[in-house]
Amino acid sequence: MIRVENVHKHFGGVRAVNGATLEIAQGSITGLIGPNGAGKTTLFNCIAGAFPPTSGRVWLGEEEITGLTPHELFAKGLLRTFQIAHEFSSLTVRDNLMMVPPDQSGERLWDAWFSPRKVQAEEAAIRRKADEVIEFLNISHVADELAGNLSGGQKKLLELGRTMMVEAKIVFLDEVGAGVNRTLLNTIGDAIIRLNKERGYTFCMIEHDMDFIGRLCDPVIVMAEGTVLMQGTAEQVLSDERVIEAYLGHGVKNKAEVGG
Amino acid sequence: MTDILNAIIVFANFVLVPGAAYGAQLALGALGITLVYGVLRFSNFAHGDTMAFGAMVTVLVTWWMQGHGVSLGVLPTALLALPFGVAATALFVLATDRVVYRFYRRQRSAPVIFVIVSVGVMFIMNGVVRFIIGPDDQDFADGARFIVSARDFRDMTGLDEGLAIKSTALLTIVVALVVMAALFWFLQKTRMGKAMRAYADNEDLALLSGVNPDRVVMVAWILVAALATVAGVLYGLDKTFKPFTYFQLLLPMFAAAIVGGIGNPVGAILGGFVIAYSEVAVTYAYKRFLGHLLPESLAPESLVQLLGTEYKFAVSFIILVVVLLIRPTGILRGKTI
Ligand SMILES: Nc1ncnc2c1ncn2[C@@H]1O[C@H](COP(=O)(O)OP(=O)(O)O)[C@@H](O)[C@H]1O
Ligand SMILES: [Mg+2]
Repeated sequence: MIRVENVHKHFGGVRAVNGATLEIAQGSITGLIGPNGAGKTTLFNCIAGAFPPTSGRVWLGEEEITGLTPHELFAKGLLRTFQIAHEFSSLTVRDNLMMVPPDQSGERLWDAWFSPRKVQAEEAAIRRKADEVIEFLNISHVADELAGNLSGGQKKLLELGRTMMVEAKIVFLDEVGAGVNRTLLNTIGDAIIRLNKERGYTFCMIEHDMDFIGRLCDPVIVMAEGTVLMQGTAEQVLSDERVIEAYLGHGVKNKAEVGG
Repeated sequence: MTDILNAIIVFANFVLVPGAAYGAQLALGALGITLVYGVLRFSNFAHGDTMAFGAMVTVLVTWWMQGHGVSLGVLPTALLALPFGVAATALFVLATDRVVYRFYRRQRSAPVIFVIVSVGVMFIMNGVVRFIIGPDDQDFADGARFIVSARDFRDMTGLDEGLAIKSTALLTIVVALVVMAALFWFLQKTRMGKAMRAYADNEDLALLSGVNPDRVVMVAWILVAALATVAGVLYGLDKTFKPFTYFQLLLPMFAAAIVGGIGNPVGAILGGFVIAYSEVAVTYAYKRFLGHLLPESLAPESLVQLLGTEYKFAVSFIILVVVLLIRPTGILRGKTI
């Protein structure tokens, strides 16, 4: 489904991603792990269009998507969440969700003025969908709360909820589980599995919680120092010497300089 | 008792009423500035000249209408010409965005670059306006001058002081209220308005949603053009149309936007009135006002004016500096459309 070919991303002298090559199979929940500073988030940013890679190519199915903007990728069904949850803080949770479906007629001046019926009907449908998502994620009690007032964990749920507002093909999750309590983590995990099974979403997720990874992900890809170290099942990966060394060695050393 | 009434009337006549009209004009101007800041993320120095451009087109259309015998009776003909001014300004501003700002948006240029670019746009609009209509005062107001004239008021009440309410003052306040109500309804209730707030709130996320950035930017510019034209025309009707005054308004308008909390529309309105009333109150000569209140022996000889009117722009500047020192985010926290 996604093919990443020898992608580099350099920031001045920092080689954040340094020749990463990997593939994400359709219908999988692929885990992406690695020590802090390994370049995971940067690779996500290259794939999801936050910035183009310095070199290398990215494919979605048969189509090359290198350097496309997030907006264009969104239209192709490629969605992502952020390591630090993003939300429209001055809109309610429901409005946050309702913002996701693209090309609503209420945004077109002509329709907004001359076919208010159509706009209303469409908005009602989107509102129902948002309410379903809110139900699904068990956040009915904060549906009318401003998103800026949510807890960190709830914001992560909201991020996941955004991906449910449209028919996504592939969703990139950047540490959805980080800083989330156990109960909420299980809710998130269940939601991911259901979306994968029932709606055929492909996931690629960066995670640090190994239990969480073990439960959800197959395969797991390990990154270190900007390249792919290895790929395998969760057990294979976690028992591999190179992986342990990567985590204990450079990971710890780099920790201080990694923000996100 | 009549002394106190006279004092109140004289104060209302020279401070309250003119301040309200001026405040409404500044508020509309500041709303445009705050909208550009919130949605497009830069301080638009061309806003004053956008107002001049919109007002100029409205003046030209008004003249044309007056020449053809079109009239609104007691209301100024300029109200009929206003939609043409808005449309022309919207086209001009959208064209500017297409050939100038869009390039820098695509480059993801830093805000300071946009500011400098807007200074360039300012000079161009400035030149265009002077080229078309010239640098001088232009008269385009018609309809009734006063709702209540000072003499009628005196005759009615028997007081020494008169309260004159210019029709343009009332018109300014009414139109400003209507425009503000419409703007808030748009931002709070419509899908496009919410999309605009979302885009202002978190551009990265908006780009990852269904929000169409090109459309948000386009609608924002149209709103800015409308706000600028309405503000420019109201100011022109109330005072006089002269291209240079709109450039001078830039400082009080920016001060209003920043004092209120830039990016926050409610703040822009609040800031507009704060600046307007400060300016009027500080440059008003209190001699007559005090003369009514104090016994004759204490009545002031001097004008009792804190600052000459020629220094009125210093007032905005001082308020601006004080706010930036004490509460840099403005009265209401900035950056929430
Ligand atoms: N915008 C940036 N500018 C400069 N360096 C960056 C930038 N983003 C990330 N880096 C650097 O790239 C490296 C990889 O970061 P990141 O992709 O966030 O790692 P991970 O998500 O695996 O923890 C780090 O050393 C980080 O400091
Ligand atoms: Mg990261």
